[in-house]
Amino acid sequence: MADTKEMKKALFGPILDNNPIALQVLGICSALAITTKLETALVMSLALTSVVAFSNLFISLIRNQIPSSVRIIIQMTIIASLVIVVDQILKAYSYEISKQLSVFVGLIITNCIVMGRAEAYAMKSPPLMSFLDGIGNGLGYSFILIVIGTIKELFGFGTILGFEILPLVQNGGWYQGNGLLILPFSSFFLIGGMIWFIRTIRPEQVEPKE
Amino acid sequence: MSAKKESLGKTIGVVVAVCLVCSIVVSGAAVGLRSLQQTNAALDKKSNILNAAGLYEMGMSNSAIESTYSERVEQRYVNLDEGTFVEAPKPDYDMYKAAKETEYSTKVTNSNVGFQRRPNVASVYLVRDDAGDVSRIILPVHGSGLWDLMYGFLAVDADGQTVRELIYYQQKETPGLGGEVQNPAWQDKWDGKELYENGEVAIRVVKNANPSNPHTIDALSGATLTSNGVENTIRYWVGEQGFGQFLKNQAWRS
Repeated sequence: MADTKEMKKALFGPILDNNPIALQVLGICSALAITTKLETALVMSLALTSVVAFSNLFISLIRNQIPSSVRIIIQMTIIASLVIVVDQILKAYSYEISKQLSVFVGLIITNCIVMGRAEAYAMKSPPLMSFLDGIGNGLGYSFILIVIGTIKELFGFGTILGFEILPLVQNGGWYQGNGLLILPFSSFFLIGGMIWFIRTIRPEQVEPKE
Repeated sequence: MSAKKESLGKTIGVVVAVCLVCSIVVSGAAVGLRSLQQTNAALDKKSNILNAAGLYEMGMSNSAIESTYSERVEQRYVNLDEGTFVEAPKPDYDMYKAAKETEYSTKVTNSNVGFQRRPNVASVYLVRDDAGDVSRIILPVHGSGLWDLMYGFLAVDADGQTVRELIYYQQKETPGLGGEVQNPAWQDKWDGKELYENGEVAIRVVKNANPSNPHTIDALSGATLTSNGVENTIRYWVGEQGFGQFLKNQAWRS
């Protein structure tokens, strides 16, 4: 049985030390598209974290039964089912946000983090550790999404979670919203900036020169 | 161990078992949550209609939306060619679905509104004031923007001429540019504009519109194609192929 230290590492390691977006550079596509508002970023984080945690858990539970010839298909089936369930729940309980997230919830299926963790970790590790690893990686993803969502919403729209922080010129205030930050590709700059920042405080993440 | 794990029978067994469990979970979630989802979709539509009716307030509770809607709003069907009220052509009639069936629709001509067929019978929503008189008519409108069809509600005064609101509730325009069709500040510009001049459709969306001109609305900056799409949509739907005849007849007065 894993000791507490190991569990802590699985849970909190992916936030800074082994961040799925910043270090492994996985799951960029959704991080680019849905971070325009903090609220959607939060819901997306929650959806992805629950999917990756439970897919890790279920795959780990049956890992000794999965024939290796069809393992990817079985992983996909489990992940896809979980994503559909999450999508249905969102539509039922949070209709407004599910309208905004639209296709991106469905695209969690193809999110590299989920598949990556299932294949690289859950296939080899016991259920509890896999579950924690899933939550950890979800948190790592969430951390980046929330930071970027906050920056984009604050400087693009002058609001945080819809509350006005910087009054916009259009609404009679003084702040001219940054149009670039509203567009999806501005996340490239922000994610690049964050990778730089994390690697400055954690120099061991920098790849050696070839 | 590994030989047994890889045998054909085992492989098929595991695949079938996983699929079975997953399909039960998925269909269970879909069936169990369907009624909630339908309520949500209906509620969302009602709140948009109330918004166009000028009756929506921020943070309105679900029950308040339901009760205000049932008190003040009445859904009717209009034959677009005749401009008169008719009964729904079939139970659970949906004008957007009907537009796809040749039996219930007509080809669009002379317009770049962005869709090929329009339904023969459309929904309208009549808003009544406290005295029970029709105070606003809400017309469902749709047409293409830059990326996709945009769906909205156009609220017109009981004179069939003055615009009160234009609320887009479903659009996929670029946020911050074309997406500003949903900005309340831009929506406010429609209030008080006149649709017709001497019986002809006169409303336009133009750059640097003169605010005192009752027929022009200032276009969205940086979103020419979306603005053109809005103009095409409105001109089509208040024109003779759309609700033009209905607005001329003023069928709600009888």
